[in-house]
Amino acid sequence: MFDIDKWQEIFATIKKNKLRTFLTGFSVAWGIFMLIILLGSGRGLENGIQQQFERDASNSIWIYRGQTSMPYKGLKPGRRIRFTNDDFDYSKREIKNIENLSSRLSVFPQRNLSYKNEYGNFDIIGVHPGTKALENVDILEGRFLNEIDVSSNRKVVAISTDVKKALFKDQPFLGEYIKINNIPFKVIGLFEDSSERDNRRVYIPVSTTQKIFTGGREIQNLAFTTGDASMKESLEIEDEIRTNFAQRHNFSKDDQRAIYINNNVEEYQKFQNLFAGIRLFVWIIGIGTIIAGIVGVSNIMLIVVKERTKEIGIRKAIGATPTSIIGLVLLESILITSFAGYVGLVLGVGLLELISPHIQSDFFTNPEADFRIAVSATILLVVSGAVAGFVPARKAAKIKPVEALRDE
Amino acid sequence: MIELKGLHKSYITGTNKLHVLKGLDMLIEQGELVSIMGSSGSGKSTLLNVLGILDSYDQGFYKLNNTLMSNLSEKKAAQYRNNMLGFVFQSFNLISFKNAMENVALPLYYQGVSRKKRNSIALEYLEKMGLKDWAEHMPNELSGGQKQRVAIARAMISKPKVILADEPTGALDTKTSLEVMDLFREINKDGITMIIVTHEKDISEKTDRIIHLRDGIIESEFISKN
Repeated sequence: MFDIDKWQEIFATIKKNKLRTFLTGFSVAWGIFMLIILLGSGRGLENGIQQQFERDASNSIWIYRGQTSMPYKGLKPGRRIRFTNDDFDYSKREIKNIENLSSRLSVFPQRNLSYKNEYGNFDIIGVHPGTKALENVDILEGRFLNEIDVSSNRKVVAISTDVKKALFKDQPFLGEYIKINNIPFKVIGLFEDSSERDNRRVYIPVSTTQKIFTGGREIQNLAFTTGDASMKESLEIEDEIRTNFAQRHNFSKDDQRAIYINNNVEEYQKFQNLFAGIRLFVWIIGIGTIIAGIVGVSNIMLIVVKERTKEIGIRKAIGATPTSIIGLVLLESILITSFAGYVGLVLGVGLLELISPHIQSDFFTNPEADFRIAVSATILLVVSGAVAGFVPARKAAKIKPVEALRDE
Repeated sequence: MIELKGLHKSYITGTNKLHVLKGLDMLIEQGELVSIMGSSGSGKSTLLNVLGILDSYDQGFYKLNNTLMSNLSEKKAAQYRNNMLGFVFQSFNLISFKNAMENVALPLYYQGVSRKKRNSIALEYLEKMGLKDWAEHMPNELSGGQKQRVAIARAMISKPKVILADEPTGALDTKTSLEVMDLFREINKDGITMIIVTHEKDISEKTDRIIHLRDGIIESEFISKN
């Protein structure tokens, strides 16, 4: 197998039969190339959608206020539903199996932040500590808001990396005071949110927000996580919320517009099913591509052996053993298919690497091919090329040289 | 060198059984230059294939250099062909994608001779054939006579005991044919046994012994006036 002379003989044959070599190689390279692109695109799509979910906790449920659309107990439709701290307290007390409950209240429209001579406009949002989990933020330095901050209306703020960059550049910021609409707040922490939009924010205690900026007890929305609740359980929780809110706010339970509930558990499950579908699709097409490659290689190997029957006859007359004939055909096929497979692999991965920085879509990021699958597919093609070559090569090596020589 | 006794060979094509060789006895000594003549269908090519271990036989025995050639494995047959026999065919049978030198060197490849060495030996043989300047040419760039001389060089390179030629002049013009026959006589002088199958009378007359085959049996045999 590692006889240099044998390889020289094979290389000489390959060099002299460029078209044949190209055709065999092309069908393998093309198959692997397409497979890589396919696997990569599937993965890119999955990564993109996965990333959409990583921006917020995938097990969160968000409740937004709306407007009634049905008359109820003598009340006209079109009534705005308003949430207050009572909704928070009630939910915290009554709804079982929920975590990280947080109200939310944006300071609007004025949203000026300043530190010394640096200014910036960023979203200012009053929240409970649960928001850290709900928004899926990473705390890089310091801490996020805690219960005491909320209960004692502290003027503290957690800032995002974008805000820090705008106001502090590289200066120390923990413990410094920034002015939010001209009121000083102490910086207690730095966070990062993978969503670009959500990273242009500062969070302050919701209680402080109400006291200083908005007045009253109103909040804009509520959110919480559901632990490891299944989709069915999450739907039960959703239903419970709708029933209770309807009762307390006097709207019909069937009124879908009075409050909006955004159930990420359900959404996530839907996308999980979509992924499964995409993966199945990619596999079916991938297997189809591989089969097409196998058929292509087999076909060419059959023709190659047929074409070489006379040459095989000559070689046998000159003194070639059947083993050496089979070896010649097979090693050539293995050499070509492995090399072509490698080329397809490199081209496919190269193309993915080349285009992935240019694709800035929310639903398509990091198209990467599973290298193990790609390598296995290459090996499969090499082996099937060898098997496809082996059967006719053995037949050709077995026939009598006379018959082979007669083959014109 | 070659001994045949009661040799039978038939081909089965579908339901038909074609009895080609019907009990041949033949003795050819080392260094003889023999021609086998016969019209088409006389069995002369079949006989040559049996002699060349390119085909098997059904009955009788065939001894080459005092070794019985029967029930040989493919590998063994390949070895005998490689060491003891050289072939020259009517259609030359050169490998089209190898140049003259590589074609001549090929038998040595199967003997495990290194590339460099076998190519230099091949050049020597091509020089003997007067084809040194054509060593790098591909077969399709050579004339019929040149191709046949390349094929003869290839048959000789493994220093065989016997050279078997199947209608070696069949594709050549008269002048070239005579040149090739002169070449064969030259080679024969070095002690290599030559067996030439032909249906051309003037070719056979250049050999020392003529064996006439007809319908699978030896019809007549006589010593040529050479």
